Amino acid sequence: MRSPNLRRFRIFFSAIILICFIAVFIDFRNLIPSKYINGLNTFQVVPSILKFLEVGTIAAAGFAAILILTLLTGRTYCSFLCPLGIGQDLFSRIGGRIKRRFRRFGFRKPFTILRYTLLAATIIVSIVWGMYLLILLDPYSIFGRFMTFLGKPAALMINNLLASLLYKFDVYTLDIVSIKGFQLLTYAVPVFFFMLIGSLSFTRGRLYCNMICPVGTLLGLLSKVSFLRIRIDEGKCTLCGRCAVGCKSSCIDFLNGKVDVSRCVDCFNCVRICQDKAISYGPVRIRRKEHKTDLEKRKIIAGSLLLLLGISRSSKGQEKNVPVPKKESTVKENRTCPVCPPGGISIEDFNRDCTACSLCISACPNQVLVPALLHYGIAGFMQPVMDYHKSFCTYNCTRCTEVCPTYALHPLMLEAKKLTQLGKVNFIKDNCIVKTEKTACGACSEACPTKAVYMIPYEGNLLIPEVNTDICIGCGHCEFACPTVPYKAIFVDGNSVHVAALPPENQKAEMETPVEFPF
Amino acid sequence: MRLPILSGMRRRDFLRNSAGAGLAAGAALTLGGYDKLWSPVRMNPKYDMVAVMGGSPEAMFDLGIQELGGMGVFVQKGQKVLLKPNIGWDRTPEFAATTSPALVARIIEHCLKAGAKEVYVFDHTCDNWVNCYRNSGIEKAAKGAGAKVVPGNSENYYQKVEIPGGIKLKSAKVHELLLSTDVFINVPVLKDHNSTRMTGCLKNMMGVVWDRGFWHSNNLNQCIADYALYEKKPALNVLDCYNVMVKNGPQGVSKEDVVQMKAQILSTDWVAVDAAATRYLKIDTEKIEYIPFAHKMGLGNMKLETLNIRRIQM
Repeated sequence: MRSPNLRRFRIFFSAIILICFIAVFIDFRNLIPSKYINGLNTFQVVPSILKFLEVGTIAAAGFAAILILTLLTGRTYCSFLCPLGIGQDLFSRIGGRIKRRFRRFGFRKPFTILRYTLLAATIIVSIVWGMYLLILLDPYSIFGRFMTFLGKPAALMINNLLASLLYKFDVYTLDIVSIKGFQLLTYAVPVFFFMLIGSLSFTRGRLYCNMICPVGTLLGLLSKVSFLRIRIDEGKCTLCGRCAVGCKSSCIDFLNGKVDVSRCVDCFNCVRICQDKAISYGPVRIRRKEHKTDLEKRKIIAGSLLLLLGISRSSKGQEKNVPVPKKESTVKENRTCPVCPPGGISIEDFNRDCTACSLCISACPNQVLVPALLHYGIAGFMQPVMDYHKSFCTYNCTRCTEVCPTYALHPLMLEAKKLTQLGKVNFIKDNCIVKTEKTACGACSEACPTKAVYMIPYEGNLLIPEVNTDICIGCGHCEFACPTVPYKAIFVDGNSVHVAALPPENQKAEMETPVEFPF
Repeated sequence: MRLPILSGMRRRDFLRNSAGAGLAAGAALTLGGYDKLWSPVRMNPKYDMVAVMGGSPEAMFDLGIQELGGMGVFVQKGQKVLLKPNIGWDRTPEFAATTSPALVARIIEHCLKAGAKEVYVFDHTCDNWVNCYRNSGIEKAAKGAGAKVVPGNSENYYQKVEIPGGIKLKSAKVHELLLSTDVFINVPVLKDHNSTRMTGCLKNMMGVVWDRGFWHSNNLNQCIADYALYEKKPALNVLDCYNVMVKNGPQGVSKEDVVQMKAQILSTDWVAVDAAATRYLKIDTEKIEYIPFAHKMGLGNMKLETLNIRRIQM
């Protein structure tokens, strides 16, 4: 095929995909039903593989479809379905516009050792140790973090600006949403990758995809035997070199009439550029086999071993700071375990499957999820953790479990979630307002959706909280509501393995319906 | 019957003037007690309090407001009205954790019929506000009745005001709607409450302010009473006692916490309404400390025997 419509179709299709992904990640009002989000995420390679490993059903095997697609068509995934790839194309295009009317890429040699090393290291580390590299390098998760850390706040700012404008005109269709940031350190990863990928794509097209991205490298390997691919008809080619100059992947060696299909992302720019109609996209032609040494593979293995040596485990980190108090509470909370989001089953289980794409963080209507620093240790850096200083897990909601693309958070029915204990409540009487100030408070018990925190008589007319950990679900509303600083008088200590809570007390009220006025 | 200080005034002017008013009010307090500040701008309805029993929330309100002389006593043509129901929790109406949506809708209809230019409804919710507004049924009912449903979820909507004479609560951040509207109608629901033992009219004001954490840590009962000093008081209080959560309040755990009482209390005096409501929950009024506090501060009358109460059984 030589039609310029190939490229047009690619641009049209990928634009829609990108818009969909952006919408999913900045949907702060949860307007998009989770089934559409799941549909969209079905064909993301890494999340899909993890989900398949977790549930093992054919329905979860979206990645298999992608592998087959790659065998048939080459790395179309990278140009049509990968939000990070599409985003880079957008950047690359802007870069081309700004820099020159026409930017010259030209053929470059592949970074063979680096890319295969990274692929091997990612696979080995993920299987043997944990999610360290996958969290950093999964393209879907990288894109997700761009959106969660940078895109969504920007969208919220625009929303808030519009909302406050409309507010002046007595219109309340939009509302101001407070933008709660994360710990500064957690911005390091998305900001670094944004600068890296942004600048690479701005100046060098798809270099990131062909040098670092493990998914790109994996699909590149497969596309070496793909059925459809870009070909140069040497009979028609006049060696003008326009194709090579316009190739985002720098993979067209026009002098030798060859295209490096392991790097070609099937963007079809060359098909349109070629004035001699020498470049086409079509079925592979079987040629004489070329002989290659195994040197490449040896380098890969050596390199990946080197990389592995550099990585070691580290223990769990400590808690963060709290604002400066007026009346200070004195007893520090003894937190032994972070609180992992609902559907995580156990921290170990959750840590093994989460790529920190941050979709749950974006989707949480209460903004209680934040990227972890070292709450889970190094392996769980950037994975979501509940922050009950910032917010709490609202009782009637299962949004995070609905959208998780990897099943690190398993879908929970609402009734099941309401009985899933994420952690246990702890009451520190010596910090409590009722004891220290001798005045009524009860903010914790008021907030508790199951009355696991209830009030019992204290001195005089006062009531003081008491806890029943059997029916506590660890939602953290009590901790969030507790007004004491710097230490809370009530807090939730995470369960390393989620357990079932007993259902709340459900006795019929004893009071009778009055028949006449009691006054 | 516009509050003169509020009509046609920009926010900034309001703040400047209210600082002055605060000083004046403070001076007045030291000279002559609190009573003079209390409800000087209202026409006096026929009764101190109207208590209705035995009907649906809407029917009881129709009757009750008629006994008070109709909504026209409280709302003038062209005025902006703010309705403050209790939408604090993400619970469906059967839990009675939130005001009856049908009642809210009916009050809005009465306001519009009396010529209100605009009716606003809002609450600063305790749980996720979108879910609270939706699941309580109040958002839908209020919009259906023609009101504007306004968010109260962001600090940007709140303005700091002085509370002259407050013992613990000397200032608060209140929702701007409270400042920009002409008439304020308080529509709480009667419930058990875990620490104050009861929530009604006075306690409902915790949903008008932003910084209620301060109240909890600075003598909750005194703060509730102190807030009642603030000059923008409700023109009318309608306490919904149709379904009453008698335990596990204020959020409730199940429908078993609810007793159907089919009652409603209407009055301009919120302390009186709260005092009457304690009888439905069978609690000694003195034990709900903010009621005697407010009474002593002259913010209303908890001595029911001295009030002219109209009782109607439907």
